[in-house]
Amino acid sequence: MADSRSRLWTLRAGIPRKVYLTLALAGLVVPLLLWWFVSGLEGTNKVFLPGPADVLARTWSWLSADDLLGDMAISTWRVVAGWLLSAVIALPLGLYIGSYRAVQAFLEPLTDFIRYMPAVAFIPLVMLWIGIDEGSKVAIIFIGTFFQMVLMVAEDVRRVPMAQIEAAQTMGATRGEILTKVIVPSAKPALLDTLRVTMGWAWTYLVVAELVAANSGLGYAVLKAQRFLQTDKIFAGILMIGLIGLVIDQLFRQIHRLAFPWLSGRH
Amino acid sequence: MNTPAKIEINAVYKTFNEGAKAIQALDNANLAIQPNEFVTFVGASGCGKSTLLRMIGGLETQSSGEIRVNGQPIDGPGVDRAMVFQHYSLYPWLSVTDNIKFCRQLKAHSRDRTSADVEKAAGRADALLHLMGLSHVPTAYPNQLSGGMQQRVAIARALMSRPEILLMDEPFGALDAQTREVMHDLIRHVHRIEGSTIVFVTHDVEEAIYLGQRIVLMAPRPGRIDTIYEVPLPAERNQDMKLSPEFLALKREILVRIRETSGMKTDLEQLERLSAQANQSEA
Repeated sequence: MADSRSRLWTLRAGIPRKVYLTLALAGLVVPLLLWWFVSGLEGTNKVFLPGPADVLARTWSWLSADDLLGDMAISTWRVVAGWLLSAVIALPLGLYIGSYRAVQAFLEPLTDFIRYMPAVAFIPLVMLWIGIDEGSKVAIIFIGTFFQMVLMVAEDVRRVPMAQIEAAQTMGATRGEILTKVIVPSAKPALLDTLRVTMGWAWTYLVVAELVAANSGLGYAVLKAQRFLQTDKIFAGILMIGLIGLVIDQLFRQIHRLAFPWLSGRH
Repeated sequence: MNTPAKIEINAVYKTFNEGAKAIQALDNANLAIQPNEFVTFVGASGCGKSTLLRMIGGLETQSSGEIRVNGQPIDGPGVDRAMVFQHYSLYPWLSVTDNIKFCRQLKAHSRDRTSADVEKAAGRADALLHLMGLSHVPTAYPNQLSGGMQQRVAIARALMSRPEILLMDEPFGALDAQTREVMHDLIRHVHRIEGSTIVFVTHDVEEAIYLGQRIVLMAPRPGRIDTIYEVPLPAERNQDMKLSPEFLALKREILVRIRETSGMKTDLEQLERLSAQANQSEA
């Protein structure tokens, strides 16, 4: 017993699967119980802190009467579109920034500069240039995601071990062959991780994007609920965004496991 | 020499950085390596042994001087010179067999694409799997292999295109002593069977003597070729020879010379003074 207890506090030591699952479950249940308990306390105003039951009831009425699925679909579409547009440009661009010092010198300082600018501050410009329909929402998500993504892709590409590249050079590979047959396959797992992480960031820009003249979507619903002080709906909207994010994240992890069986170590 | 040299290194200089921060990595290196010779480079760190090897491989360019292979000045890497690195050079997403056959995917090796040639390549890969003792793991991924097995794959991959010259940059530096001994006999076997010219960089003097027909001792600051030793051992070698008087004498001679040239002298007096002080303050 003393042995297993000390194991929990040994740096980086493995712990039994059962213990891991129990702790993971507790990590989810404890805050839920705490929320339920505090919201049920005498004198807690439901406007400030609705209970789990209120939020659940609101989610149900949203689903049955207020087109929750439609809001989820349109929001997912906007996020995925903005993120996909980022990926389509960031992947090749990052590949070149990470492979050629000249491209890096030309583009990286600028990208570094822009990525510190808050995406929300671009809203007036986006409305001016793109208008107020779907394109502008996608554009905000793109702005929030793209500049980080490019730098991460470039870094993934730079992490390809030099020995892998030089080995190909000594086998007579051309530059193009090294890019397509060594650098890209070598960086793939890291690139998929970058896509997963940036997808999460894209979701965090959803509410900002739906500030722009939206009349549908989860972010819009949260903003509208704020106007009517429907705190339970704000909770429901935020939780839905988190839930979708969690599902997509798990999807990416699953793809990662399936696509790169060679990553697993010695049997 | 009546046979033309396989590799000629003529008045090669290499300077890293410029101006005040310039480092003389190689200072007038001259060397001729004969066909089918097994030459080892040893020396303290910073002596330029890896730099010289990488220049033969075409991965680095000299600041002045020239390197010729088969009488032709080299211009970048070429399929006639294969290289084995210390680590991280295998492609982890490819199986052992696909790593070995990697060069077949490249345009540089596509001049022969008849079905007979493809068959011959498959046969070659198979032969290399057997030669390197990998025939039981053809479908394994590199991550599933030990360090020693990974280096066997790296050597097999380098040999796939039948290079005339095999350049090895501390290939066994990360392996444990027992695995190393096995690899030493294996690489000597490869040298005999493949007939390649091998240039082998190491910091391990015993390794340099056991493998090499000639040892090129290099010295740092500036990096240069210091002494060349002929190894007084028969062509056929075995591990017992490492305890023979000739072996040990040469080992001592080289170790002493490396120590003399390394420039890393310990100030023993200073050390003694400090420990005496420490003892005093304790008392």
